[in-house]
Amino acid sequence: MNGVRIPILKIGRVLIVPIQVDMDDQMVIHLQESILSELERTGARGVLIDISLLEMVDSFIGRMLSDIAAMARIMDARTVVVGMQPAVAITLVELGLELKGVDTVLNVDEGFRLLRSEIDTGDEDEEQTYRGLSALGKHDNRS
Amino acid sequence: MTIALENADDIAVARNEVRVMAAALGFRMLDQTRLATVASELARNIIKYAVRGRLIAQPTEDPNGRQALRLIFEDHGPGIPNIEEAMRDGFSTGHSLGKGLPGSKRLVDEFKIESEIGQGTCVTVLRWVA
Repeated sequence: MNGVRIPILKIGRVLIVPIQVDMDDQMVIHLQESILSELERTGARGVLIDISLLEMVDSFIGRMLSDIAAMARIMDARTVVVGMQPAVAITLVELGLELKGVDTVLNVDEGFRLLRSEIDTGDEDEEQTYRGLSALGKHDNRS
Repeated sequence: MTIALENADDIAVARNEVRVMAAALGFRMLDQTRLATVASELARNIIKYAVRGRLIAQPTEDPNGRQALRLIFEDHGPGIPNIEEAMRDGFSTGHSLGKGLPGSKRLVDEFKIESEIGQGTCVTVLRWVA
């Protein structure tokens, strides 16, 4: 797993973060730093974190999601987490994690809709491109 | 199966091994996720508080042939001074959210914790195949 980096894509004024592998702690910390520096570099106003392929969210990853949302908000960006698997959601609740300050929605479409309602996301055609890619790949965007 | 827990990378190894084992034993998806999450939480506790330890994963069954997975997390770290307090939701000494122990208990059918100051801690959990 060493050396694997989570990509950060930019579409319009939204950073897209597709998490497609189980993350060890180092990856989690690195991802958090990368998102913040990309926010600063690009001036993006939204962060869409796609966890549809993530099979587990423990308290460490949960805290990372909350922290990213809080830090992004300080940098004037909104964060939305999309595609949480039902088993992950049930386990999170049983664990007692609330994902404070994190908006979660079912799929990428809903994620963009939420972000668009709160910020100027930029080019909608480009959003369509990610949804297209997402549907072609292993993503389940349930649309 | 024994998994050495010696650095933060081993946390991901532990939860992945547990998921694979749980799947092979016939646990459904939700229970695989619960067990992997418990493994992640309790392995992280060991790395955080005891620096190193190990996880022993044992498939087991009752006299009727009902399958279960038992996970034993043991370390020779500082031990837990007040188990009752550590088992309370929201209590944490390690800057986590304090969900680790009480949260893990809710994800399994059986949960036992033994700890002695200066000797170490042993957490044993078990979940039956539903």
